[in-house]
Amino acid sequence: MRHGRWRFLLGALAPALVLHVVFVLSPYAQAFYLSLTDWTGVAGEAHFVGAGNYARLGGDSLFLDAVRNNAVMLAVVPFATIALGLGLAALLRTRRGSAGYQIVYFFPQLLSLVVIGVLWSFVYNPNTGLLNSGLRAAGLGPLARSWLAEPDFALAAVMAVLVWSSVGFYVVLFRAAIEGIPRELYEAALIDGAGGWTTFRRLTLPLVRETVQVAFVYLGIAALDGFAVVQVMTVGPGGPDGATEVIGLSLYRNAFSYGRFGYASAMGVALFFATLTLAVLALRSGRRERLELA
Amino acid sequence: MTLLRERPSVAAPPLVSRGTQRPNPLPQIAMLCWAVVTALPLLWAVVSSVKSDDEILNSPWSLPAQPHFDNWARAWTSANIGRYFLNSLVVVGGALLLTMLLGSLVAYALARYEFRGNRVLYYTFVAAMFFPVFLALVPLFFVVQQLGLLGTYPGLILVYAAYAVPFTVFFLHAFFRTLPTEIAEAAFLDGCSHGAVFFRVMLPLARPGLTAVGIFNFLGLWNQYLLPLVLNPDPDRYVLAQGLAALSVSQGYRSDWGGLFAGLTIAMLPVLVAYVAFQRHIRAGMTAGAVK
Repeated sequence: MRHGRWRFLLGALAPALVLHVVFVLSPYAQAFYLSLTDWTGVAGEAHFVGAGNYARLGGDSLFLDAVRNNAVMLAVVPFATIALGLGLAALLRTRRGSAGYQIVYFFPQLLSLVVIGVLWSFVYNPNTGLLNSGLRAAGLGPLARSWLAEPDFALAAVMAVLVWSSVGFYVVLFRAAIEGIPRELYEAALIDGAGGWTTFRRLTLPLVRETVQVAFVYLGIAALDGFAVVQVMTVGPGGPDGATEVIGLSLYRNAFSYGRFGYASAMGVALFFATLTLAVLALRSGRRERLELA
Repeated sequence: MTLLRERPSVAAPPLVSRGTQRPNPLPQIAMLCWAVVTALPLLWAVVSSVKSDDEILNSPWSLPAQPHFDNWARAWTSANIGRYFLNSLVVVGGALLLTMLLGSLVAYALARYEFRGNRVLYYTFVAAMFFPVFLALVPLFFVVQQLGLLGTYPGLILVYAAYAVPFTVFFLHAFFRTLPTEIAEAAFLDGCSHGAVFFRVMLPLARPGLTAVGIFNFLGLWNQYLLPLVLNPDPDRYVLAQGLAALSVSQGYRSDWGGLFAGLTIAMLPVLVAYVAFQRHIRAGMTAGAVK
């Protein structure tokens, strides 16, 4: 019996563990070391350069563009998505047709970001795209422009796509959280004469706060990425003139176009610490608020 | 079900309390607007996929005079979407099977057996969920290259599975803990081996959890782009996302717009069909994954 137990455990755990160590753990560990070298891909030719790669990051104007763009995305995309998602979820609570709306809203979540990128590059096409031809048909022709080719609009166009593709998921997520609120509370609010907006602000919002925080972490991590949509959709990619450059794209280009593997790894480490900081901040603010409620 | 019961009791009182006042139409308008914003680009792409190039360029908002299904045939064969589709099927199918097998074994072993190092192993697996894949990208490329697996189906399947296992373990670990112990104990008394208890008793009991995480993994793997972009450079073995991205670059130059829209539609269609068939499961599975 005891013998069979150990054999089963070994058989259950060993294959997955080998896979995990070879393809996940060892690459993550190697990345930290590589980021301290000037490795260009030739075996045995890695020289230790200390923090040299990190110092170079500070003078790389395209990388700084990428950091700025990811920071803008981090400031805009989660807020816009959560505002739209929460608003729609609250509206769906009481109204008929709710299930049908959720089906439609959720669908973009299932599409690959590549499909979404290709689709929206058509929508934004300056001459034949859905957006510009729609604007012209509505008599708003002067508003039509080359959305992805103008530095002032390209990043906004990318962020709009990111928001478009994720709102539906958060509608469904928040809808489920709102459904968990006891119905008696809403009845009490109604008897007290609270209107729709007051009910939302004073009752719904405080009770779904934890779900909103989870959403912030997820959307924040997505906003630090943005690689697939930018790579597929924008000119360059990352253009015009760095207007839509993101950290992942800089990393990918430095590694697999220029062969600067050590330098690219330093970008990966920087991205890792940005993600970690985000998660820790969100979790800490979460703990404090739970105390306040109690 | 609860929706149906909830609706009258919650929706009706405002009408009563506000007397003859009409309900505010703005919420309905807002909900409808977002539905249009969501659906319109998708419908537009589907309609455009059966239009001639001339119609696509000159009347982007109109319906085609007659449907051009030859766009689809061209995209499937001469633009290789068919091949990319099959490549995706092979890679995602293989990776999904491997992920579910390894993930459920690890989750079960860690959830149901006490031994030294259990916690350490669990966190070793689960911690990987919180690392950005970008960090691993460069060393991963060389690991796969040194194993001679670059641009091969087995290479992609192993890497896909390796990156999908941590979430699968995390999700199923919690699930196996909630299952009752009595049935497994009875099976042991009847002389079942540990392996038989897992495959014949515990896996069938865990079916709801397996379905949820299976759907989640399928979509994640089907939509994977970064890993194949780096690890799968051979155009003959492109997966669908890679093929579509390459197509949008090359067809743009050749300006075969109808073919490109058709390729896009073909890429969306299986997901749409699966969604219509299983939409309740899919939404439940994916949102449950996020909350846990």
